[in-house]
Amino acid sequence: MSEGSGVSRRVFLSTAVTGSVAAAIVGPLAATGRAAEAVAPPPAGGTPRVPGAVPLTLKVNGEEHRLEVDPRTTLLDCLREELHLTGTKKGCDHGQCGACTVHVDGRRVNACLSFAILHEGSEVTTIEGIATGDALHPMQEAFVACDGYQCGYCTSGQIMSAVALLKEPCGPADADVKELMSGNICRCGAYPNIVTAIQRVRGGRAKGGAA
Amino acid sequence: MNSFELVRPADAGAAVAAAASATADLQGVDVRFIAGGTTLVDLMKLGVERPTRLVDVNRLPLAAIEPTPDGGLRIGATARNSDLANHPTVLRDYPVLSQAILAGASAQLRNMATTAGNLLQRTRCMYFRDTAMRCNKRVPGSGCDAIEGANRSLAILGTSPSCIATNPSDMCVALAALEATVHVRGPNGERDVPFADFHLLPGDTPHRETVVTAGDLVTFVTLPPPRKGSKQHYLKLRDRASYEFALASAAVVIELDGETIGRARVALGGVGTKPWRAPEAESVLVGQKADGALFRKAAEAALKNAKPQSQNGFKIELAKRCIVHTLATATGVAV
Repeated sequence: MSEGSGVSRRVFLSTAVTGSVAAAIVGPLAATGRAAEAVAPPPAGGTPRVPGAVPLTLKVNGEEHRLEVDPRTTLLDCLREELHLTGTKKGCDHGQCGACTVHVDGRRVNACLSFAILHEGSEVTTIEGIATGDALHPMQEAFVACDGYQCGYCTSGQIMSAVALLKEPCGPADADVKELMSGNICRCGAYPNIVTAIQRVRGGRAKGGAA
Repeated sequence: MNSFELVRPADAGAAVAAAASATADLQGVDVRFIAGGTTLVDLMKLGVERPTRLVDVNRLPLAAIEPTPDGGLRIGATARNSDLANHPTVLRDYPVLSQAILAGASAQLRNMATTAGNLLQRTRCMYFRDTAMRCNKRVPGSGCDAIEGANRSLAILGTSPSCIATNPSDMCVALAALEATVHVRGPNGERDVPFADFHLLPGDTPHRETVVTAGDLVTFVTLPPPRKGSKQHYLKLRDRASYEFALASAAVVIELDGETIGRARVALGGVGTKPWRAPEAESVLVGQKADGALFRKAAEAALKNAKPQSQNGFKIELAKRCIVHTLATATGVAV
């Protein structure tokens, strides 16, 4: 973008999410009953630390993580609770709000409606993975420049949706953007500025927006 | 959420075998195939679905969208809704299908949801989704709290004293109008099911929603070859502009010879207990001059047997106007 916000990734994000995350972190869920013997035997060297947990190799933001997860763990809970990538938010947990939007193999999905174990071998990208070093993604910069949020809770989902939208069939009008962003709810009602930010990145007309 | 085991079958045959132990009369409530999971995971969180085994069909080679030898289209069971809606052949030859899919859910959900999952999508009736409520669909014989409850969004066509739940799919409304065929592979071999026969009326067995039984795997859907010059349109009416289920919707596939209607297919969504084909409307249209009065007559015929509940009587007129508007848009006839 020509017009930088001057906000660095370091300021924008908590540093807690950077660096390598310990492998084989076991989640807090306590499983009962039988589970998942059909998928794979327990990892070599012993029984899983959570009853019924299964091994999972998950590639997130370019980094491979070897985990043991309860089969019931959603991709959202796996990212937040196992990998401590808390930029992805839990809103409704039922696919109705879009706060949990991440990319799987380059396409936006609701992480709350997908079991982590279905993503063995997938490339997952979260809000923590779209900047380049300290340089924000142009969509992050545009959200900052256009004031595309108030409380910020939905913002990572909005930005992940908006980044995916750039590669999807979408007409030029604001109405086209609104339609393709309808899966992301903003309780604060920052919609006009969100549309402005997205249109700015798309190079389309940006009417309305920040007061 | 209850514990479950995940099975990853190597091929479709293994998938069928892994699911064949399902309890047949409950449509495999203890064993489920999982693809996108957009309905299933949601309902598992609510305790409505409680499978003890999930069979992952995502890695089976069932995602292709390709021409059939007769010039139609074969749509794989695990083709994602977004891929289907944006497929060049669908956009060119079956635009009503693209429009219907894009009118449903959100971009994220359409990236996950699949053809077969959409066919088997379960109702959004809040009494079905709330395990504290009585629901004959969820617990056969337990009663229906919707009939005397908050039923504004529920069905007016195809209902029974046992169930008034609406089929929520948009895609299926287009498939009904396009006269698709559903291909099923089960423990006893393969069979082809005409779309109109795939979903069942609730009657006194609302827990049986389709002809799919234990071990049956939907493998693909076929569309007949496109009919030259056919005009198509899908219109969805709802409480907000996007990301909401239909109060009423209509899919129309119609052919004109000059001003005369040669062939018409009309299907409705948001008003029926299954994706609702309206042959009564089609009979009214065929051979007649396309105009507003005829469209209204067709709409009256389609809703003739509608049975409103305490809060959804408005849907009768809404559905009629939806049909008229859809016919007008498809044909280009001003009304």
